Amino acid sequence: MTLSRGARISLAVVPLAFLAVFFFYPVAAIVGRGLSPDGHVDLDPLGKVVTDAALRHVVWFTLWQATASTVLTLLVAMPGAYVLARYEFPGRRMVRALVTVPFVLPTVVVGSAFVGLLGPGGPLAALGLDQTVWAILVAHVFFNYAVVVRTVGGLWSHLDPRAEEAARMLGAGRARAFREITLPALRPAIAAAAAIVFLFTFTSFGVILILGGSRFSTLETEIYRQTAQLLNLPLAAALTIVQLVAIVVLLLVTGWIEGRRSVALRLRSAQETVRRPRTTGARVLLGANLALMFLLLGVPLLVLVERSLHPPGGYGLEFYRALGEVHAGSTLFVPPVDAITNSLRFAATATVLAVVVGGCGAFALAASRRRGLDTLLSLPLGVSAVTVGFGFLIALDRSPFDFRGSSWLIPIAQALVAVPFVVRIVTPVLRAIDPRLREAAATLGASPARVWREVDLPIAARALLVAAGFAFAISLGEFGATVFIVRPDTPTLPVLVFRLLGQPGPLNFGAAMAASVILMGLTVLAIFGIERFRVGSVGTF
Amino acid sequence: MPMRRARFLTLTLALALAACATSSVLTAAPSSAASTTTITLVTHDSFAVSKRVLQGFEDRTGIHVKVVQAGDAGAALNQVILTKSNPIGDVFFGVDNTFLSRALQSGVFAEYRSPELSTVPAAYQLDPSHHLTPVDHGDVCINYDKQWFAKQKLPVPTTLADLTKPEYKGRLVVENPATSSPGLAFELATIARFGTDGWRDYWTKLRANDVKVDDGWESAYDGDFTQGANHGTYPLVVSYASSPPAAVYYSKPQPTTSPVGTMLDSCFRQVEFAGVLKGTAHAAAARKLVDFMVSAPFQADVPLQMFVFPVREGTPLPAVFAKFAEVAPHPLTLPAAEIGTHRDAWIEQWTETVLR
Repeated sequence: MTLSRGARISLAVVPLAFLAVFFFYPVAAIVGRGLSPDGHVDLDPLGKVVTDAALRHVVWFTLWQATASTVLTLLVAMPGAYVLARYEFPGRRMVRALVTVPFVLPTVVVGSAFVGLLGPGGPLAALGLDQTVWAILVAHVFFNYAVVVRTVGGLWSHLDPRAEEAARMLGAGRARAFREITLPALRPAIAAAAAIVFLFTFTSFGVILILGGSRFSTLETEIYRQTAQLLNLPLAAALTIVQLVAIVVLLLVTGWIEGRRSVALRLRSAQETVRRPRTTGARVLLGANLALMFLLLGVPLLVLVERSLHPPGGYGLEFYRALGEVHAGSTLFVPPVDAITNSLRFAATATVLAVVVGGCGAFALAASRRRGLDTLLSLPLGVSAVTVGFGFLIALDRSPFDFRGSSWLIPIAQALVAVPFVVRIVTPVLRAIDPRLREAAATLGASPARVWREVDLPIAARALLVAAGFAFAISLGEFGATVFIVRPDTPTLPVLVFRLLGQPGPLNFGAAMAASVILMGLTVLAIFGIERFRVGSVGTF
Repeated sequence: MPMRRARFLTLTLALALAACATSSVLTAAPSSAASTTTITLVTHDSFAVSKRVLQGFEDRTGIHVKVVQAGDAGAALNQVILTKSNPIGDVFFGVDNTFLSRALQSGVFAEYRSPELSTVPAAYQLDPSHHLTPVDHGDVCINYDKQWFAKQKLPVPTTLADLTKPEYKGRLVVENPATSSPGLAFELATIARFGTDGWRDYWTKLRANDVKVDDGWESAYDGDFTQGANHGTYPLVVSYASSPPAAVYYSKPQPTTSPVGTMLDSCFRQVEFAGVLKGTAHAAAARKLVDFMVSAPFQADVPLQMFVFPVREGTPLPAVFAKFAEVAPHPLTLPAAEIGTHRDAWIEQWTETVLR
C-alpha cells in the first residue's frame, strides 16, 4: 500500500496501545505478582508444571482435546463449507446466517440444552455421551462449525472451479483433483480457520466443566481454579506462561502456513462459481450436509426454544412473562428490557472500539508484509479470561487508568475478543485492492493521503461494515471474557441467563430459557444484518 | 448506489451515536446528590436484597450503596484479598464458614463489633476476634424427590450411611467440591460425620455405588435431579434446606405440598458473614451498612431474596419458609480453623478418591 512509513506506524500504534493497556499490562501484572510474590523472582512453579505428573497431564489433555476438536471440526464442516460456497439453493443465505449463530452464543446459554439432550433422561441419553470427552468434542464442533464455513467457504466460493475441472479432464480422479488442486489453494483459509478453532477450544471453559462434569481439567479450568478459588498465583502464573507459549507457537505456525501461498490463486467472483446442484450426487451431498447442520446446530437451539415455550401443563408464553415478574422488587431483578438495552449498549461500544482498533490494525497490516501484529492481536483469544480479569484488578487501579468497578471494562473485554475478527475480515480485502487503481490515481495527481481516502477507504468501508456486524454479534453473546470483571449492576442478557440458572425452581429455569431465546433472536438479527452487506468480500471470516 | 451509500452512512452514524450515548451513560456518576456518601458493597453473584429495604437504609442514613458482584463466593473473596493494598470497596458480604479462616488470616477486614450482635445466637458468632459479622445461615443438605420414592415404593434414605446401600445405587448426584460451594459443604459434612480417618472410605463406597459428580449446582439440580428442569434420573441431590420452599415459591401455580424433601441427617451448616474492608475511607458508613445487614428489616428480607435463613433471633419467617422448610435440629459442622487448615488438601484428597 502507498502509505508512508510514518502513517503506517501511527496506524499500528492504536491497536498496540490498546493491547498494551488492556491486555499485556494486566496479564504481566498478575503473572508478575505470581512469579515474584515478595520482590524476588521464583521460577519453581514453572518447574512444577514440568515435574508434576497431574499438571503434565492437564497440559497434555488441553493440547489433545483442542487438536482433536480442531481436526473434527474441520472434517465435519469442510463439506458444509463446500456446499454453502458452491451450491445455489433456496434459503442459502438464511442457512449461511443461521449456522453462524452457535459461534456467537455463550456456553451458559447452550450448555443446558446439551445437558438436556445428552444427560440422564434426555432423548439422546442412550448414546452414553454424558460426561465423556465426546460430549466435549461434539459441543466444540457445534460452537465452531461456523468458523470453517465462513473462513474456508469464503475462499472456496472464489476459487476458479476450472482448475479442478481441467485436472479431472486430464484423467485425475475426484480425490486426486481435490488433493492436488483444491486443497493447496484452500490451505491459507484452512490454516486460518484451524487457528481460530484451536484458540477457542484450547481456552474452552464452560463446555469442559458443564459437559465434562469436572472429570476433565484443562489449562483453562486449572488456571481458573488456581486463581479464583485457591488464589495460588504462582502456579496460575506458571500455567499462564505455558498457555502463552503454546498459543504463540500455534499462531506462528498457522501464520506461516497462511502466508505461504504455494499457488497463485485466480480468484473469481462468488456469483461465477456457484451453481445449482444438478447431479444426483450433488443433491445427495447437499441434502446430507443440510441434514447434518440441522441435527448438529439446529436441534440444540430448538431445544432451547421448545423449553422456553413449555411451562408445566402445556405450551404458552408464561416463562416470557415470568422474565418480567420473577424477582421483581429485588436488586437481583433485571427488567428484560434493561438487560436487552444494556446488552445492545455494551455491544455497540465494543463494536466501535473493535472497529477502530481492528481497522487501524488492518490498514497497518495490509501495508506491510510482516504478520507480527496479527499474531499479537490474536493473543487475547488464547489467554484465560480469569487471568485478564484479575489482572485488571491490580493493574488498572490508579488514575488515569482506574477502571476497577467501571462499566467500561465490559465493552473493552468484549472488544479484545472481537478485534482479531475485525482484522481477519478487513486485512485480506485491503490486500486484494488492485494496485493499479492507486497508481492510476497517483498518476492523475492525487496525493498519497487522497489516494488512501478515495481508493482504499471506500473499498474498506464495506469490509469494515461486515466486521462491525460481526463484532457486534460476538460482543452481544460474549460472557466468558466479562464474567471475571468486577462490575456494577448493569447486567446483560447472558448475565441474566446465568443469574436465573443459579436460582432454584421451574420459573427461574424457564425464564432463563426465555432470556436465552431473546438473546438468540437478537444475534440472528445481527448476523442477518451482516449478510446483507456481505457481497463478494474475500475476507477470511 | 446512492441508496447504499445513504444506508451505510446512516448505519455509521447510528453506531457513532450509540457509542456517544453509551459513553455518557457509562461515565455518568452513580448518584447526582452531592451531599450523600457513596459506599461500595463487594459481594458474590447470589447477593440480593429488596430494593425497598435497601432504599429504606439509604433514605434513613443518606448513604448510597453501590453493589458490585464479583463472581462466586470464593472468587469474590479472593479478589478482595488480591486488592488488599488498594481496596475495591468498603464492605464485603459473602464470607462463609468454609472461607472464614482464610478471610481472617488475609487481614483484609477491619475489626468491628456491631451492636446488633446482641440479637444473634452464639452458635452463629464464629469470629471471636470481631472482624466478621454473621448475616445469614443456610444448610446444605441432600434433597429427595418425594414422588419418585413413593412411586418406587422405596424408603427414603435417612442417614448418610444409607446412601452406600445397593438400593440407592446410581441414585445420588453431588457437586465437585473443587468448583462448587455446596459440593464442598457436603464433603465437609461427610468429614464431620465419619471423621478425618473415615471419610475417604465413605466416598470410596459412594463411588462404588455410582455417585454422579457434576461441576456445579445448576448441572446437578436442573440437569440430573428428577425434580429439576431436565427431569433427570437422580432422585437424590446435594442442594439446600431451602430447596423445598423454593420449589413451591418458584412454581406457577404453587403446589400445596413441596415435591422436594430434605434428608435432615445430611445437613452441613453454612454461616455467611459481612465485614468492613480495611483501608476504607468511609469507615463510619461502612459500619452502618454492616449494622443494617443484621437489622430487623434486612434479616426479614433474607429468606425470599437469597433463600437462606436469618441469624437474628425472633425474625419472622415468610409463610413459604415456615410451611415448607425443614431445618436440621443438629446440623453437621466443623471448626472454621480446621476447615481453613485442611481445606485445599481435603479437596485434593476427594479428587483422588472420587474422580481419579
